[in-house]
Amino acid sequence: MPRPSALAGVVLGVAALAFAVSLLDAARLSDARQPARDERRALVDKLGLTDLALFTEARYTRHPSQADLHSALQDHPAAFDHFPTGALLAPPPHLTAPYASLAGKTASPD
Amino acid sequence: MHPWLEKQRHLIDFTLAALARRKAKNIGLLAAYALLVFVLASLALFTQALRKEAGFVLAASPEVIVQRMVAGRHDLIPPGYLDKIGRLRGVQKKEGRLWGYYYDPVVSANYTFMARPAEEVASGSIMLGATLARARGLQLGNLISFRSYAGKLFSFKVAALLSPDSELLAADLVLLSEEDFRAFFDYPAGHYTDIALSVANPQEVRNIAAKLANALPDSRPILREEVLRTYQSIFDWREGIVLTVLAGAILAFALLAWDKASGLSAEEKREIGILKAIGWETGDVIRMKLWEGVLVSLSAFLLGFVAAYIHVFYFGAAIFKPVLQGWAVLYPSFTLVPAVDGLQIATLAFFTIFPYSAAVLVPIWRAATTDPDAVMR
Repeated sequence: MPRPSALAGVVLGVAALAFAVSLLDAARLSDARQPARDERRALVDKLGLTDLALFTEARYTRHPSQADLHSALQDHPAAFDHFPTGALLAPPPHLTAPYASLAGKTASPD
Repeated sequence: MHPWLEKQRHLIDFTLAALARRKAKNIGLLAAYALLVFVLASLALFTQALRKEAGFVLAASPEVIVQRMVAGRHDLIPPGYLDKIGRLRGVQKKEGRLWGYYYDPVVSANYTFMARPAEEVASGSIMLGATLARARGLQLGNLISFRSYAGKLFSFKVAALLSPDSELLAADLVLLSEEDFRAFFDYPAGHYTDIALSVANPQEVRNIAAKLANALPDSRPILREEVLRTYQSIFDWREGIVLTVLAGAILAFALLAWDKASGLSAEEKREIGILKAIGWETGDVIRMKLWEGVLVSLSAFLLGFVAAYIHVFYFGAAIFKPVLQGWAVLYPSFTLVPAVDGLQIATLAFFTIFPYSAAVLVPIWRAATTDPDAVMR
């Protein structure tokens, strides 16, 4: 009967091999799936898309990057968010950051 | 064989024999451990792949989108607005865009309607995202009617379906001609939804945004870098939420592992006492336990990671889908391009292998340094 250490070596060896294969497979899959990804990028370029279509329930979850500064308070000031996705989706950083940076500050010519 | 190696092999033999004596308990521990690694690794692989995907595809989105705000709400771009922008230096191309949302009561889903030039979509026809076509059971050449917000019924012929590979971006997209778009939404002539700008020099983008805000105080420029940052933070946030949900499970496992590793049973203590009494050195006892920790945690890590890889990239992360799906009726089906990050694996390995191995060692060191006679009593 083989020694337990030899058995453990075989089991760990197989697991390590599977791990290595998964890393190699990641490289293979990413090459194989790249053309589809290039196609998606071409579609973004052609249509001028700005967002992923993950949540279509509300305009600020369908296009979070285009959400206006008041979307969470769309019905009245301090209104609660209607949609459950609001809990899954953080407000985009440029909405929570001070917005003054883009507002005109000087009257001098640019 | 080298004497050192032979000694380690004997220690491993002994450790495995000791583990085999409490088979059910140790197999249970290994399974719980591997399951935890599986969940954490799935989450890390899934969010990393989505983050990379969003970063790659959205890098082609317009450099600047200009919206107009009225009383805090996104409003239509009036005629003449485009001409004012035209005078900004550095803007290579400007294009008024027409798009909007439509709620379809048939499947209770929102669609995104977008106008395209007549040479792409003929009047009276539409191009559809594959998810939408599936939800409505539509095929090429079928007719579909939508009731406009003005109450009129419009019929369109499905002229083309967008590639299923693009579902992640175009799940709910309906492309139609500008003429149809304006008629369907009763859009005032000369008005646009927003404006997309092309900027030749990427370093000029911020300056142009600042100039825009100055020249058109009611405009709101959205930069491509903000779009990209939005998606990076969305997936950070979502990963954080799932981790928070999992925190209970992680803590429960930490308790289990700590209890198993640190609270030596009387039997284990007696075992160590006997080993020391028959001449084992403290170092040998510690090495033996170290092997136990490494074998258990390394196997759990490898098994958990490989299972997670298969789960995410071959089964579309089926376990996380409900969390992601939310209320969306039109949820795209998509395959992710693997993005396995070395640092991510190293972090996961460190936080799963190291704490367990360390938790095994501390109590053993305490027991092994005490007098065998005291330990055996």
